[in-house]
Amino acid sequence: MIWFVAGMLLTALSGVPGLFADRFGRGGERLACLLVLAGTASATGGVIAALASGAPALLTRPWSVPGGELALRLDPLAALFILPLCLVVGGGAVYGLGYWPQRDHPGNGRRFRLFYGLLGAAMMLVLAADNSLLFLFSWEVMAVAAFFLVTTEQERAEARRAGFIYLVTAHAGALALFAMFALLAQETGSLHFPAAASLAGGSATLLFLLGLFGFGFKAGLMPLHIWLPIAHAAAPSHASALLSGIVLKTGIYGLLRLTSFFAVIPAWWGWTVLLLGVVSGVFGVALALAQHDLKRLLAYHSVENIGIITIGIGLALLGRSFGMSELTLLGMSGALLHVVNHGLFKSLLFFSAGSVVHATGSREIDHYGGLLRQQPWTAVCFLGGAVAICGLPPFNGFVSEWLIYLAAFGASRGEGLSLRLAVLAAPALALIGGLAVACFVKVFGVTFLGAPRSAAAAAVHHDAAPSMRGPMLTLLLACAWIGLLPGTLAPLLQSAVATWVMPAKAVSLAAPLAPLPLVGATGWVLLIYLAGLGWWLHRRTRQAPRDVSTWGCGYVAPTPRMQYTASSFADSLVSQFRFGLWTERHGGKVKGLFPATGEFASHTPDAVLDRALLPGFRRLARGCSWLRARVQNGRVPTYLLYVALTLLILLIVTAR
Amino acid sequence: MTELSNLCLLLVILVNFFALGSSRLGACIHAVALQGAVLALLPLATHGLSVHTLLLAAGALALKGILIPWLLLRAIREVRIRREMEPLIGFVPTLLLGALATAGAFIFADLLPLIDAHQGGLFIPTSLATLFAGFLLLISRRKAITQVVGYLILENGIFIFGILLAEAMPLMVEAGVLLDLLVAVFVMGIVLDQINREFSTLDTEQLSALKE
Repeated sequence: MIWFVAGMLLTALSGVPGLFADRFGRGGERLACLLVLAGTASATGGVIAALASGAPALLTRPWSVPGGELALRLDPLAALFILPLCLVVGGGAVYGLGYWPQRDHPGNGRRFRLFYGLLGAAMMLVLAADNSLLFLFSWEVMAVAAFFLVTTEQERAEARRAGFIYLVTAHAGALALFAMFALLAQETGSLHFPAAASLAGGSATLLFLLGLFGFGFKAGLMPLHIWLPIAHAAAPSHASALLSGIVLKTGIYGLLRLTSFFAVIPAWWGWTVLLLGVVSGVFGVALALAQHDLKRLLAYHSVENIGIITIGIGLALLGRSFGMSELTLLGMSGALLHVVNHGLFKSLLFFSAGSVVHATGSREIDHYGGLLRQQPWTAVCFLGGAVAICGLPPFNGFVSEWLIYLAAFGASRGEGLSLRLAVLAAPALALIGGLAVACFVKVFGVTFLGAPRSAAAAAVHHDAAPSMRGPMLTLLLACAWIGLLPGTLAPLLQSAVATWVMPAKAVSLAAPLAPLPLVGATGWVLLIYLAGLGWWLHRRTRQAPRDVSTWGCGYVAPTPRMQYTASSFADSLVSQFRFGLWTERHGGKVKGLFPATGEFASHTPDAVLDRALLPGFRRLARGCSWLRARVQNGRVPTYLLYVALTLLILLIVTAR
Repeated sequence: MTELSNLCLLLVILVNFFALGSSRLGACIHAVALQGAVLALLPLATHGLSVHTLLLAAGALALKGILIPWLLLRAIREVRIRREMEPLIGFVPTLLLGALATAGAFIFADLLPLIDAHQGGLFIPTSLATLFAGFLLLISRRKAITQVVGYLILENGIFIFGILLAEAMPLMVEAGVLLDLLVAVFVMGIVLDQINREFSTLDTEQLSALKE
């Protein structure tokens, strides 16, 4: 535990020495990176030591805040969230050396590193806190530090807008959490977290709904995801990786910690969570398919993956209410493994997307093209991440989605028709997976294949710097490790699920995870098959000329502009979801036999933020100002009427 | 003595209705003068003859019954206005509202937490009804003169309330109320004069021409 605390402090203070360093020198950023690496390594060591000891590690110190206590607790559930956090935070610090060097960003580099370390440490504290006040304290530090990361480039209006919306949503969520923890303290009589499965009855429903709202805002569940796309797009790529890979997961962690407190779970909780998960998954991936901005697209994929995780949690909750421990184990271990996996592959994707953005200076997918030749490392890493996020073997996404599929099918063995309906989560998952594959075929094809579509893409002549390549390869290896050797994680998953359910029931949970090594073996077979196929193809095409463009159907003068664009590729799928996306189309109509030069553009704003919330609030503001003009109308008799009415109301109030 | 005071109070309510329903300014001012004179009887009728009540009655008669109506009559003679045209709320609706307010005041007075001596009498409902009649005049009329009349009626309502407390209330407070009234009328007179000079009309609607 002492190692964990030391690591947390080192990470938190990593940006401080850099504040005194030279404005253009490299010393400050190297020292910060070194401190973050030492901090995350030390924290990882502390977590592993705590896991090896078998029992949850505890630390309690008095705190002068009333009701507060510096209580930390490292159990397997928290460990599963902290371990990928350490990897991503450490990797991001190294990545930042090449992506956001001090000499290129003298204005905001030092501030960025200060809040980067603070965010990492605050998240560690959130995940380890065992006291409501400490949790809320670190939650707020996390929210504010993330705000400063989002607004790193505060001179741009886009970043300021993203930061504003992020701040509003973060505090709306935090408000619900304040209410929830106050209610929880009333229920248990102390601000210390209650033991697992110790709460029964009382205001459980209100607690759950407040928690779902507050944590859902942070996690980005579908109607509450509004801050995600703009914030992820505006932040620098390694900050986006941290936001998407880890910060969202603190919301999931909070939801899991909250539900673990209750002894009895009503069935409708599970149904609500399951339904929210399906909606987030399907509409997240559909919105992602319609985007042209690479980082915005990845952000919508975060919504989708949060949906998959939530489907797993919903199934596990149903398993608990119906007393099916197999369903609980499969759903929850799938969700937890997907938390880890998404943290890894989404960071990998953001890192490689950052490498592309860094090289071309644009986030528009249609400005890329043909980058595979100039950036082979980035392309391989992006491909690995894309395969993983689509849930295909041999990478890690397959394993966790497979577990959730098993849970969904397991629901069909339940008693009663209502539980069997949960089987419908499986086709929803399949739809999500299929759309994700289509989306990443689009992204990879348009970005890395074909011919360059813009001058900037044609001018790219260097791959990612070694300091950026290293973290990407590390994350790729971690993805492959979980995909090929999933059995190594089974014990940790089991104990984490046991922490969530109730320690006493742990014995009956071992059997369903047994086929995990088999899944790994499938991955190996596929890998060997692919390697053989690649070798065979390579031999067959050895003599073929290399620099030939794609066959242009006999057209004599093809140009790069004739390639599929991102929107034309996705259009056939996007138009199926017109009922939920409302894509705006401009132009594209051809008139007459010899039409003049025409233009076509499509644009998909966010369904909740841009279609509902912003117009709604604008109308509300207009209504309020209209009302004010009516009330405050400048006529003396009206004011006298108010006086008379006030008198009347006062008289009525005082009447017996 | 109760019969006399009840008679006075009923007269006050009738004058309220007359002021609400009349469009002629001169008649309105005469009615308010009558109301002031009737009110001057009330302290004597309720508390009997004493130096205090005599002073109160004389002051009320001089101010409410003679001085202020005389000032107002002079004002309308100078600006040559005879009638209240196009009120914001018509005369019949105002009368109906006044009737509703009076009925409401009678019902409402029973619900107020009062001491037993004042329970069930006509004082409280009349005071409330007069108060609301004054408010109605202030709200519904355009001409500044009528609004002054409304203000006077409102003040009469407060005066009726004050009579109940005449024993407990020192003379100073009464004098304060009367002085307040006088000052208000003077201020309004000056404002009237200014409005008249600037806009050549006494219509207060013009006052809101400056709003945003």
